[in-house]
Amino acid sequence: MSQHEISLTVNGSPERVTVPSNMTLLTMLREVLVLTGTKNGCAAGECGACTVLFNGEPVNSCMMLAVEADGANIVTVEGLAHDGTLDRIQQKFVELTGVQCGFCTPGMLISARALLDRNPHPSAAQIQDALRGNLCRCTGYTRVVEAVEQAVSIS
Amino acid sequence: MPDTMNPITPVGENIPRVDAVEKVTGAAKFADDFQFGPGLLYGRLVRSPHPHAIIKKIDASKALALPGVKAIATGADTPGYIGLYLQDRHIFATDRVRYIGDPVAGIVATSEEIAEQAVKLVEVEYEVLPAVTDPLDAMKADAPILHPELGKYQVANFIFPKPGTNISNHFKIRKGDVEKGFAECDVIVEGEFRVPQIQHVPIEPHIATALADQSGKITLWASSQSPFAQRNLIAKALHIGQGDIRVVAPYIGGGFGSKAGVSMEACAVVMAMKVPGRPVKLRLTREEEFFTTFVRQGLVARSKLGASKTGKILAMKTEYYWDAGAYTEYGVNMTRAGGYSSTGPYEIPNVQADSYCCYTNHPVGGPMRGFGMPEIHWGIEQLVDQLAEKLKIDPRDVRLQNCVKTGSEIVTGWKMHPIGLDKCIEKATAAINWGKHEPASAPHKKRGKGLAIMWKAPAMTPNAGSSSYVRLNEDATVTIGLGGQEIGQGTHTVMAQMAAAALGVPIEWIRIATPVDTLYSPYEWQTVASRLTWSMGNAVVAAAQNARQQILELVAEHWNEKVEDLDIKEGKVISYKSEESLPLQNMVIYGLPKEGDCGWRGGPIVGRGNFMPTYVTGLDAETGQGPRAVVHYTVGCQAVDLEVDTETGQIEVLRVAAAFDVGKAINPDQVRAQMEGGVVQGLSSALFEQLKLKNGKPVNPSFVDYRIATSVDMVREIIPIIVETAQDDGPWGARGIGEHAMVPTAPAIANAIYDAVGVRLSSMPLSAEKIFLAMQK
Ligand code: FES
Ligand code: FES
Repeated sequence: MSQHEISLTVNGSPERVTVPSNMTLLTMLREVLVLTGTKNGCAAGECGACTVLFNGEPVNSCMMLAVEADGANIVTVEGLAHDGTLDRIQQKFVELTGVQCGFCTPGMLISARALLDRNPHPSAAQIQDALRGNLCRCTGYTRVVEAVEQAVSIS
Repeated sequence: MPDTMNPITPVGENIPRVDAVEKVTGAAKFADDFQFGPGLLYGRLVRSPHPHAIIKKIDASKALALPGVKAIATGADTPGYIGLYLQDRHIFATDRVRYIGDPVAGIVATSEEIAEQAVKLVEVEYEVLPAVTDPLDAMKADAPILHPELGKYQVANFIFPKPGTNISNHFKIRKGDVEKGFAECDVIVEGEFRVPQIQHVPIEPHIATALADQSGKITLWASSQSPFAQRNLIAKALHIGQGDIRVVAPYIGGGFGSKAGVSMEACAVVMAMKVPGRPVKLRLTREEEFFTTFVRQGLVARSKLGASKTGKILAMKTEYYWDAGAYTEYGVNMTRAGGYSSTGPYEIPNVQADSYCCYTNHPVGGPMRGFGMPEIHWGIEQLVDQLAEKLKIDPRDVRLQNCVKTGSEIVTGWKMHPIGLDKCIEKATAAINWGKHEPASAPHKKRGKGLAIMWKAPAMTPNAGSSSYVRLNEDATVTIGLGGQEIGQGTHTVMAQMAAAALGVPIEWIRIATPVDTLYSPYEWQTVASRLTWSMGNAVVAAAQNARQQILELVAEHWNEKVEDLDIKEGKVISYKSEESLPLQNMVIYGLPKEGDCGWRGGPIVGRGNFMPTYVTGLDAETGQGPRAVVHYTVGCQAVDLEVDTETGQIEVLRVAAAFDVGKAINPDQVRAQMEGGVVQGLSSALFEQLKLKNGKPVNPSFVDYRIATSVDMVREIIPIIVETAQDDGPWGARGIGEHAMVPTAPAIANAIYDAVGVRLSSMPLSAEKIFLAMQK
């Protein structure tokens, strides 16, 4: 397998890594950079657990190759809080129990962050729509959607 | 001693989850997040492509020759059996495969890709046998026998296999005189109801990493609801001491029963034993997740129910045929639970029930949220509505009249403990304006309301135990050792609350010792059956009380006072008599100096506690009657308000009221969160879910073809209602709630659909297509 050296920014830090050409962005994040907050729920683009921000857009990192991220700006769940202060979506997930097992949570938070970045005042229906690619088997979604709604209102 | 029946802070308070910050920051570690360094090897499994076949020959030479392949494990490495209640399973198939996906060999290689390539190079010669793909066929006299060795398997003494047949357990109830009972009935209804296999669909797939070191010691890191049961079962199967296997189990990314007992974890261990000193990681693909660990069993239920014209239910006759799959080591106990709870939450004087666990060449049936109860209530609760219709009595009133109440004689002959099911029915129905017809939102839509009630007891070995330690640190933070797993249900939070209350320290001082590690953590049977709040809670409270007692004795001696006059409040020992006060800091590690610089007293404080129910008895094998088959029942009611689109058959659930008697809500907000999640999982199973099996082959093992509820399917309004009738042996009166909220959802929806459009469907799921077609008839 041919190896490629790529440079990218992850959670604000410049990174230079060598990856095989068939390695996914998800595997690179989890196994090369050891940012294990991003989760693997299907490796098939169907569950959203692996969602990261790719130049500001939410993508399923299991469906992208690491080499495609050369030069990109990536944000993972580890990059949402700043200087020990939680992102307000994170805060609301804590306060309102938008979390149960927590496995879908990193992807949910990233999708919600992407939504609020492009639409600071989404309706509940828009929130539901933005999260439809993020499967959760625990919460029933009500508190997740409510947490995002409330994160909007404190902005 | 704190009186655990009297709430003290923070018991009963809406404390935010103690694991939430870890989980929103990505700090929380799951089993695939552990790092093993460059020595890590990867595993993939060779699986049977046939539902039923004899293995003639396995030739792995080509696979072994592939560069990067380190070892191959097969059934020859582990000829013994494994299983929780019935040891009917090999870790790797030996002579025979019994379902599509049955593991035949395990490849260990330097990467997952190489292991996957090697899987295709293993040549297995099979002699294909006729397959059994329906539980009713399994019962036939001329059915192919899946387990000719059934009579030789080791089995728990409350499971009754029938050697020479495909029945691995037959549970019977013979109560009163069922024929006489029916003869006295004015109204009788009967029906056949079918529940398909569904999958738990945890978002985290199964994952296990195993290491067998050169000295023979084994370590397993797994996403596991049952680290201690895994240690025990794997030790027995491999003839190793329990003390020589260590299972490390961090946060679980959802399990719902699929990660209870043992499944693929044992394969990982056997594979690791082939490459001593190298850890081997085995993670299932999403496709494998759908059918190779556990699925919820299928069920064919035939029931008959009769009542007097005043609405009193007099007789019930039931046959349950469980489509339990290829191995029923766990499923046999679901069959039992389905039997001893077979009437649903009703007091019925004459009952005949037969619950059969049937081997089929289907994926292995295992525990799933509700342990047989969602399946049996699907039919029971629709029949009760049919009975009410014939009686011309409000289905709510039929339930109020017949439901189990404190002191009712239940199906096994036990007298019901204090319980508030009638309150649940009243509150849930009132919350959706029961009895009031409300208009639909559009002319092509019809609105309907329905309800269902439920009961469920923890189904477990009679003496399933819990234990805990409570260790104090220099700064008086408190480390709680426990062996139950945080699977999303919030157990760490609830344990922290109970420990803080029992010890007398602020909740912020509590730390939970994670991950659970069988080498260091105290024993816990399994994280199943909604039993932790009650069972592990009792152990944690006992340990906290024990630590508290040690501290009070130390300070009483120091102050020359009596223990009875002292208390611990907000992390300080106080005396009600002398009004002295002393913070716990330092004293709980270093003790206290004696007067006049002449030595010390005390020492590091470690409290210990355990809990095990000691009162559960067996049931008569012929009648299913006995003093006390279970520890307790949690009961509840759901009322559903929905609309059916008459042009498409599409359902929109407008609101669900869910009322459950949890004994005591240690954390009301977390109880409500369980109810909400359970309602949506129940709705998802009712409307969308079925693992489709064609001749034993799962045809939809992906999220694209097996749909679960997404954020757009969210129920607009869920109204969780907490009812509290104290459990006599629960901490502060608490009982479990994790599984229960899923149980009545499907039949409540079915009853509401009938109310809306007059269509009754006897099989799940209630797909739009099925509803639409039924409306055309
Ligand atoms: S892991 Fe990428 S979408 Fe599921
Ligand atoms: S919290 Fe468990 S999958 Fe969402």
